[in-house]
This record gives sequence, structure tokens and C-alpha cells, in this order.
Amino acid sequence: MAGLDPISSPTPVDNEMEKISARNARYGMVLFLVYLAVYGVYVVLNAFKPTVMDALPLLGVNLAVLFGLGLIVLALVLALVYAWLCRSARNGSNEAISQEPSR
Amino acid sequence: MIYNASPIAVGIFVLFVAITLGLSFYFGRRTKSAAGYFAAGGEIPWFVNGVAFAGDYLSAASFLGICGMIAFYGYDGFLYSIGYLAGWVVALFVIAEPLKRLGRFTFADALDSRFNSRGIKLSAAVSTLVVSIFYLIPQMVGAGALIKPLLGFPHYAGVLMVGVVVVLIVVTAGMVSTTYVQFMKGSLLVIFTFVLVLMILQRGLRVDDNPQASAVQTVTTIDDGKKLINGLPQGTGKGQTDLRPVGHVSKLPGDLKETGPLGPIEFLSVLQESEVILWRSETERKGDKQSTTTYYPVPTSGADVLQPGTHPKSKFAGLRGDRLLPKINFLSLMLALFCGTASLPHILIRYYTVKDQASARKSTIVGIGCIGFFYVLTLYLGLGAMISGQLDVTNSNMAAPLLAKSFNEWLFAIISAIAFTTVLGTVSGLIVAATGAVVHDLISGFFGVKLTDHEKVRIGKMAAVTVGVIAIVLGILFEKMNVNFLVGWAFSVAASANLPSLVMLLFWKQTTKQGITAAIVVGMVSSLAWILLSGDTYLAVYDLPADQAIVPFSQPGIVTIPLGFIVLIVVSLFSRRTGTADAIARAG
Repeated sequence: MAGLDPISSPTPVDNEMEKISARNARYGMVLFLVYLAVYGVYVVLNAFKPTVMDALPLLGVNLAVLFGLGLIVLALVLALVYAWLCRSARNGSNEAISQEPSR
Repeated sequence: MIYNASPIAVGIFVLFVAITLGLSFYFGRRTKSAAGYFAAGGEIPWFVNGVAFAGDYLSAASFLGICGMIAFYGYDGFLYSIGYLAGWVVALFVIAEPLKRLGRFTFADALDSRFNSRGIKLSAAVSTLVVSIFYLIPQMVGAGALIKPLLGFPHYAGVLMVGVVVVLIVVTAGMVSTTYVQFMKGSLLVIFTFVLVLMILQRGLRVDDNPQASAVQTVTTIDDGKKLINGLPQGTGKGQTDLRPVGHVSKLPGDLKETGPLGPIEFLSVLQESEVILWRSETERKGDKQSTTTYYPVPTSGADVLQPGTHPKSKFAGLRGDRLLPKINFLSLMLALFCGTASLPHILIRYYTVKDQASARKSTIVGIGCIGFFYVLTLYLGLGAMISGQLDVTNSNMAAPLLAKSFNEWLFAIISAIAFTTVLGTVSGLIVAATGAVVHDLISGFFGVKLTDHEKVRIGKMAAVTVGVIAIVLGILFEKMNVNFLVGWAFSVAASANLPSLVMLLFWKQTTKQGITAAIVVGMVSSLAWILLSGDTYLAVYDLPADQAIVPFSQPGIVTIPLGFIVLIVVSLFSRRTGTADAIARAG
């Protein structure tokens, strides 16, 4: 993602590879933007159309409560997706490294 | 009588403090180096660090403040839960791993990793101290609010006790003991809040139709500072009386008297169809020192309780009106909460206590799990307190412990003791952050004083005592403020001063040291100035009418966070151009 990639550190103090760090940062940025969009909708609705939140779309619970609880759950779900993606990325890179000598 | 000193609560509290101090002295014997003292040597396991994140972050504001706001104003308090949790998304996806890669002890390390600039070290250290002290005030106020019902001591005694215990924790073993105290506190807080919510659901909703439950109450403060309750002196003796606990359901759907046990969704849907009694107040002043506050019941539909902006006394009352400024004030607060978490120095330093970036990531995910679960529970906790029949109409901060009291004395004792531990965990984290800024950024970094490891630890301990004393004094001075409200200010200052620099350092190659320094200074000064000139401060601190305030709304974030970014970009571009011109001139 042009312009959003992290700047590499001149003094790495960690053994995780720079390439993986950059890839993780890209995943993180995409997931961050997803959450930001949903959070933004929630905040703007509360500010400018609060009556929308009075609707009872499901199980007799209003949209304000469902949306609010949903945002908390979404944060956890995205965090787990991020963990899974980062894990896959590391596994993928490790495989690539281990295959290098045989090429 | 709402409050009476509980020997069980005192016993459990003393036990918690003894365990906490025992842990601190145990780790203290093993912590000798600066890396060990300020960052636990980077050896904390990621799961422990994740739970410690929860222990660090779930402060008195979350436990006492949010629960109180929901109990008094309904859904509006829950907006804070959502904002506080959302901030962790920024921390995980944007800040955690790069920060771990770039720094060692303090967040100034990360900001300064490319520049070695004294300006960055100084401005980041001052920002850390300002934010930490702003955040310390509500924690200490929360401690004072708890001591009264527990021991019957005045507010200042609670502040003093917490201050002394926390300074002992930090002085003995720094970040190691702080981490394990936070781990213990985070675990206990989430587990016992869950237990409390299960008990709320098990009890269900029941109507209280006793007319006394809805009787008006008055509190008159007379010239010598003494109080009259409903016209009689406050107390438990003959001819004296005290405030009556309040908060109940006045109508259930289908004219039921009680529902019996409810599921988590059912609890909300039945409450939506019910009617509850909320309490409002009007104050009449007579002269300078005498005033009478009347507390009166207002039957409120459950649907209104569960909607944003419906309570006229809430900070978000303007959401349902036509005026634009209250809406901007709300947007500003939600922006500050979103951006503030990843800018809080005591949260950021926790990334240095684990060994690598993967551990930083995993511990943040564990933290989000614990914190998210807790914030879901706050909705039930607050609503449960609202209808518990145990609320103190004069003090929203006590809603959670009093809710526990509505079940039994043991639970009240445990929850009160956990609330105390909550304060201990967060305050010790804040003091470690502040001491790191003093020793590492200011003395070693800015002033360039060469210190041995032993000297760094010794000066760090002296700084911890100093910050602890400042926290005690401020905690006593700000007694009357709602703790959650004060934390909102700390988030605004942190987000305005620190986030622009952190984000731009990571994602914009043109960032210069001058840009970072300017952004921190402008963000911090502008947000502080805005807060001091706002209507909320006029009303709560200066005792002046809010409409005389100079700034148009109280929350600064929507102005001062973008201002930090703009200043950083403009100063970076300007200083880069000047630097290039100087280089060309030197070459010529």
C-alpha cells in the first residue's frame, strides 16, 4: 500500500525479519481501515442520526446496543484474523527460506 | 444507611495489599539493572503481559467511572466503553510491532530512534509526565471515593493509603512487580465482574413499589460544612438520618412483579420494555457557603435508558438536539478515545517488557480479549447497578461496589478490594512510565548525565516517590470530579501530543526531528489550553458558568489531533528544505 508502508528501522533489535514486519504492517493497516470505517459509521450515526439507533432490528434489542456490542466483538475478531494472517505469513516465509538451498 | 464500615472488606483489602507488597519485595531482590527496573528485562511472557495490559488499562475510570455513568445516565456511559476498546485496534494494527522494534525503555526511544535529538527527548519526556499526571488524578480520586464506605475514613486517607502502597510497589521492583500486580488485578477484575454479571442475570428484574423507594431526598450543606439530610443532621445517632439508597424498576412488561433469571439478550430486551427510576438533582444556593440539593425520581422508559443522548444531564445530552456544537464535542471525544489508547505512555512501555515483536502482537491480542470482554460486562454492570436499590444519589463512582453490596457483604468486600487493586495496578504503571521519562529521557537523554545502571535505578526510585507525592496531592484536590470524565481529558492530551509523531514517524519518510518536537509541543500545549478554557472546566474547576468559556466545546481532540499532524508536516517540510539549502550552501 503505497505511502502506508512502515519505514524500516535502521537499528533492528529483533530477530523477526524485516520483510515479515512490513507484511504484517500492511495486514494491520487494512484491518485498521476496516475497523475505522465501521467505528466511523457508528460515531457519525450517534452524532447526527441518533434516532436510527432506536430501531429494534433483532431479538428486541435496539441498534445502539447491538452496534456497540458488535464493535467490541469486531475488534476481537479482527485481532484474531490479524494473528492468523501474521502466523501464516511467518510460516510462509520460513518455508521459502528452507526451500532456498534446493533451488 | 448506604455506607457502614465492613470488617470483611478491610480484611480482604489488607490481604490484597499484603500479597501485592509480598510480590513486590520478592521481585525487588531480583531486580538490580536499569533494564530490569524500567522494562522487566524484556522477559515477561506474552500471555502475562497481555493480561497485565488489561490490569494496566482497566483503571478506576473503567470500573468505577463507566459503571457509575451507565447507572446514572444509561447508554451514554457505554459510549466510553466502546471508545476505550476501539483504541486498542490502533495499538495492535498500527503501533505495537514497530514500537517494539524501535525502542528500549520509553516511547521517546522509538520517536528518537532515527534522530538522536535532545529536543525529541525533552518534549517526549514532558509529554509523558503531563499525560501520566493527568491520568493519575482520576485514579487517586477513585481511591478516595472507595475508602469512605470501606473504612469510614475521609477521602484524603484513601488517597494517602493508595499513594504509599503504590510507591512501595514501584520502589521495590519497578516494572517486574508492577507487571505481576497488574496481572493479578486484571485477572481478578475480569473474573469477578463476570461473576457479578452472572448474579445480575440470575436475579433478573423485579419491581419495587414501596413509596419510600421513590421519595425525594435533600442534602443541605450549612455554613460550618456540616450536612443536613432531609432536614436532620447526617449520622446514625438519635435525631440523625442518612441518605437512603435508591435505584429500582418501577414497571415490567405485562405488569409482572419479577422476571426470574434472564439470559444476557433477554435481560436487555425486557429492560427495553420496562420502566426504571432514574434520579436527577437541582441545587439552590443561599449565600456563599450554604446550598440545598434536591434529589428527585424520574420514571424513565427502558427504551430511553438504552438509547444515546436521552438523559438531559448526561455529557451527550446534545446529541438529540439541533445544535451542532454538542455533536462536534461528541465526535471530538470519540476521536480522542480512539487515538488516545495507543498514545498513553504507561501502555506503550508495556511493549518493551516482552522479548520480540511477535510477543508484542500476541500480548496485545490477549489484552484486547480481556479488555473487550470486560467492556461488554460494563453494560450489564451499570444497568444492574441502576436497578440494584443500593445507589448513592450523590456519588456515581460508588455504583459498582454498591451493586455488589446488593447481593451480599462478602461480594461487596471482594469487589471493593478489587477496585482498590485496580487503582494500585494502574497507578503503579503510570509511576513507572513517569520515572522512565525522568531518568532515561530527561537526565540521561536530554541533560546527557552519564549514569551507571545502579544510579539509574536509584534515581528512578527517587522519581517514583516524587511522582507519588504529586499524585497524592492532586488526588485530594480533585475529590469532586467524576473519574471517567477526567480520564477523557488524559486521552485527549495523549492523543494530541503523541499520536501524530508516532504515526508519522512510522509512515512518512519526510518526518524530521524538528517536526516531531514541534508536533508534541503544539499538540500538548493546545490540548491543555483548550481543556483549561472549556465550559466543563469552568463549571467543575473554576465554579463559573459554562457559557462564559472561551472555547466553543469542551473536548479538544477534533481540533488538536489534526493540528499535531499539520504542524508535523509543515515543520518537517520546512526544516527539510532549510537543511537541504544549508547543505547546498556548504557544498558551494
